[in-house]
Formats: sequence, C-alpha cells, structure tokens
Amino acid sequence: MATKKPRLGVWKFASCDGCQLSLLDCEDELLAVAGAVDIAYFPEATRSTVSGRYDLSLVEGSIATPHDAARIHEVRRRSRTLVTIGACATAGGIQALRNFADVREYAAIVYARPDYIATLATSTAIAEHVRVDFELRGCPISKHQLVEVISAFLAGRRPVTPPHSTCVECKLKGNVCVMVAHGTPCLGPATHAGCGALCPSYNRGCYGCYGPMESPNTPALTKQLEALGVDQSTLRRVWRSFNANAPAFRRESERHGP
Amino acid sequence: MARRTIKVDYLARVEGEGGLKVVVRDGMVQSAELSIFEPPRFFEAFLRGRSFAEAPDITARICGICPVAYQMSCVYAMEDALGIRVGGALRDLRRLLYCGEWIESHCLHVYMLHAPDFLGYDGAIDMAREHGDAVRRGLELKKIGNEILALLGGREIHPINVRVGGFYRVPHRRELAPLAERLKWARQAALDTVRWVAGFEFPDRTRDYNFVALRHPDEYPFNEGHIVSSQGLDIAARDYDDHFEEHHVARSTALHSRLRGAGNYLVGPLARYNLNFERLSPLAQQAAREAGLAPSCRNPYRSIIVRAVEMVYACDEALRIIDAYQEPESPAVPLTPRAGFGFGATEAPRGLLYHRYRLNADGIIAEARIVPPTSQNQGSIEEDLASYIGDFLDLPDEALQHRCEQTVRNYDPCISCAAHFLRLDMDRG
Repeated sequence: MATKKPRLGVWKFASCDGCQLSLLDCEDELLAVAGAVDIAYFPEATRSTVSGRYDLSLVEGSIATPHDAARIHEVRRRSRTLVTIGACATAGGIQALRNFADVREYAAIVYARPDYIATLATSTAIAEHVRVDFELRGCPISKHQLVEVISAFLAGRRPVTPPHSTCVECKLKGNVCVMVAHGTPCLGPATHAGCGALCPSYNRGCYGCYGPMESPNTPALTKQLEALGVDQSTLRRVWRSFNANAPAFRRESERHGP
Repeated sequence: MARRTIKVDYLARVEGEGGLKVVVRDGMVQSAELSIFEPPRFFEAFLRGRSFAEAPDITARICGICPVAYQMSCVYAMEDALGIRVGGALRDLRRLLYCGEWIESHCLHVYMLHAPDFLGYDGAIDMAREHGDAVRRGLELKKIGNEILALLGGREIHPINVRVGGFYRVPHRRELAPLAERLKWARQAALDTVRWVAGFEFPDRTRDYNFVALRHPDEYPFNEGHIVSSQGLDIAARDYDDHFEEHHVARSTALHSRLRGAGNYLVGPLARYNLNFERLSPLAQQAAREAGLAPSCRNPYRSIIVRAVEMVYACDEALRIIDAYQEPESPAVPLTPRAGFGFGATEAPRGLLYHRYRLNADGIIAEARIVPPTSQNQGSIEEDLASYIGDFLDLPDEALQHRCEQTVRNYDPCISCAAHFLRLDMDRG
C-alpha cells in the first residue's frame, strides 16, 4: 500500500549510539513520531528496511574509516534532507583526538594486530564530506531539540535551536554563576546552548559538550580561566574534548600546546 | 540442500554495527563467526595524557546505552589508585544511579529489541499495533529508569554529576520522594513484565556455561564484590589480568576475551542470576519462581525473563535506598593525586565491565585498559550459534536467519562498547 508519510532514515557512523538512542528515549513522543513518519531505516530499532529514498535522514557519528567515507555519499544521494545529530556528526566527536596524534600509534596501543584495523588518520564531521541541511549539537543531543527538529521538518520550517551561549540558559534558569561566585572554571560563555545549563545547575563548570556557540570569544575566556589558576596543559585539555575538532575550540587548544 | 547461503549484512536491534557468518557442511554447523565492524575509536590510546578527573566523562562516551556502567567502573578504579573509599549515602546513591540504568537498559532490550523476536515482529513499533498496552507499559517503565538517571545524573545519556570521590551535587530527601511514588508503579510494571515474557515460547536449549559475575557478601552486585565463576574462580578485580586474556582476530574490531585455561565464558544477567540468586530481594525471587525459573537457569533464550526479574530487583533496591537516604554532609570525599595502579569491575546491564589505569604522580593517566561485557561474550555467542543452530537447519532461510539473530540478541550485545555487530553470512556449502 502506498504511503504519503515522509520516510525517515537513522544512520550510524563512528559513535556511541547515544544520540539515536535519544529518539527511543522520547518515551512520550515515540509512538506519535512513528505515526507521523514512516520509519524506513533504523536498524537499532527494527529489522525491516526499505530501499530507495529518504525524506529525512538523521545521521549520527563521525567519518573515521575509509568505508564510512564512501558510505556517507550514498546516504546523501538517497536523502532529501540530511540532518546531523550530535558532537560526533557535527565536529568529529571525542575520537577526533586522533587528529592531534599519530593514529598508527593509537592502533598499536589498543590492538595486538594493528594491521587488522582499517581506519582513517582523522575523525571528521559529516559536513566535511557532504552537504548537510541542519546540524543539531550536543554530546549527547537534547531529546527535546530532536523532537523540535523532526517537528520542524514535518511542518516545513527551520528548527528553533538558539545558537547563543550556555550562559544565557543559566540566566534564564536563575542559576548563580559558578565561575563568578565559586571560582569554578566554566566553558559556558563559549559553549552552544541546548542542554539547559546542566552542569552549572549541578554546581559544576560547563565542559563544552555542545561545542562552540555562534561567535565564541575563546581567548577572553581563556584569560579568565588563567586568572582562576588553570595551567597551560589543562587549558589544552579543557578546549580539546568532545568537540576538539570544532574549528573555534581546535584553534584555542592549539594556542596551548601541540 | 547441497549449498544454501544466507547473508545478513547488518544485524538489527543491537547497539552498534556487526555481522555474522555461519558455515554449514553436510548438515552440520562447521563454524560460526561474529564479526564486528564498528569503527575503532581508540579510547585506551587517547585516555593517555588526560587527567584522572576527566576519565568518568570520557569513558561514558564509549556507550550511550550504558554510560553509568563506564562511569562506575572508572570511578572505582580511580579511587583504588588514589587509595580512597566512598561509603555511606554516596555509595548508596551510586547504587541508585545504577538501578536507573539497569531499568532503562533492560527495558529497552526486553520490550524494544528482544520481545519482537518472540512475537514475530520486525520491531517494537510494529509490535505496538497489536500489543499496544505492553509497549506503552514498557515505554513508561523505561522512562522511570531514565527519571532516576536524570535526577541523580542530570541527564539520561552521559550523566554529568558523577565524579571520582562522589558527586558534584547530591539530592535533598524531598527531591527523591516523587521518584519513590513513580518507582512503586514501576515495580508493579516490572512484575507484569516478568509474567508477560514468561508466557513466550522458548527453544529448549541449554549448555554448561561458565558464568562469570561479581559476588558481594550481602547484596546483588552492582559496584563491589569479588569476580567469581561457576567453575570456582574467586578473585579481586586487581587480579583480573592474571586470569583473563584478550586476543585479536581479523574479523573484529573488538578484542575477544578468554579465561586462561578455561576458554569462553558468559557474563551478563544470566551469569549474575545464577551466581547470586539468593541475594535478589524476596519479591524478585518470588517473581522468578512464579515465572518458572529455578535458581539456576542455563537456557540463554530465557535471559529475557531474567532481565525482567532484575528490573523487579532494581525497583525494589531503588525504593529501599530512597527510604533509607540521609543527605551526606559533603557531595564527595576529598582526594589527592598520586602515582599508582587502580582496578575496577562493576556490573553493567550486559555484564562485567573491567577498567585498569596507571596514573602518574600528578594524576595524569599513563595507561588505560577497558574490557567491556560484549567483548567477553563474543566467544560464548559464537559457541551458542555453533551448538544451537544445527537443530534449526530444517527451517527455511528467512526463519533460520531470524533464529540466528534471536540467538545473538539473547546477549543484548552492545557493539559500540565491544569495538569500542551484525552481518549474517550463512554458507551451507
């Protein structure tokens, strides 16, 4: 029977599965989403697959193997709209730490037979390989933002995911600033909103898992962190974590060591 | 039937990417190989040079389904290296967090990944059309597990509130009260789940497994205890490397584990249950008995019932912890970096998860080693396929392929973890 419902595909590249799990974690919305779209490819959730074209593809994970570097082009060809979800897909993920090292050394540390391992020297964002229609940030993404992205797509509008900093979310929440009041180093001023200022709400500094906000002043924030006693090697690590290969964070980390 | 070939390029309803190859000659299964083509991410390499304090957040990213397990094995290993012990309410809160992850992860597997195999659907969304009440119950139960994670951990996936030494912020008693009301509903839903899955049809297949799990003197194991086996192993986590070994095969980006001198073994709910039945809460024991499970169960297809029984236990245990909870004076115990080795083994939803670290004097990681449950189960999964599938060779290709997949899904394999799974390639020769 022909169906007019838009066809959804969920694709995985190098990742922890957490961002696509966010869809299954939408316990209240999942059956409604399944009613509004035809879930044509989502191997984590179903055996059935439909070949052909997809109206909306959600892509999780980074490009880290030669096989995946080719496969992403096939996914792009078959997708009308391609949305990348999460820090791996939008910035290369934590596995992009290899971009600052020698991947052959990495393989030798982990594997007895590095010659069995097919891998690329870098882990990179999907947008470095194919055209991407929208990027949803976060490690992991917010499930509320994911529902917003799917709803926006169904309504034919742009998703509302504000690109301002985590600081704004703290102010909206009425949090006391952990950096000003407690001297806790915090990446909130440079980090993209979306999590709801979680870490400061738990008396902890933001560690930047949503990546850079739209216009981050990273050198100014570094100066503030230095004033709080953060040393150079720590600064390099602070800027080089789950979004290490996002350009603004990469440039800042490179100012503090190789 | 001189030659039949069945091929599954990508096994569905598992977490991660992998495939399967079964070779049949003259009506006998000659070999069964699991291949894992999950891209390697090299966690043990890039952990070198990071601070001990960063490791719980970094290792959580190995798995989006069981991040708490990685955080727990990590913090216990780091605390071992730093010579501190976390007790009292902080220890209880860690168990409570783990209850949330067991409920969320087991519920995902029981309802969304495994039950469709028994009832003949491609997935839970198809299953919902005829089993809507069951699927809605599963989603609500899963949500309550996630509510524990969100309250204690800040969010469901990659919680932000766990640190070496304890937490960043501990909840007030009054914050936990609404959770207790939700958990009472969840406990009943878990009991209903046990009854529901106990009514499925199970292939009558058993093997003499060597089960491996933690065992603690007083409690069903989450974070602490000795590593024991059904063949008499009884060791501390720090002796793991003396008894277990990993080897690397070409078909897999996940290393295979073996017990030195004893070969393959099985970790996970079935192992925990067999080695710790008497430590389950009375209600969970009673639910198991009513479901027809003896204190010993060697049929891996029945692991779906064991997962449901463990959900009853997790709800019971969470309610006990909330009832006894007194807010600790400090959210974490103080610590000072020092050089040394640290070892940690905890019970992830899928089984034993081992971490080992060597730290420099300034707390920087010099070496890291992580052995996830699915790596340890690869050998046992292959042995199950080799032993059980031979009896199903009369089935048509499509049904046989489905049976192979179901047999693999008994283990709730998490390939993202293991490679840090699945293609079926059946060669009937």
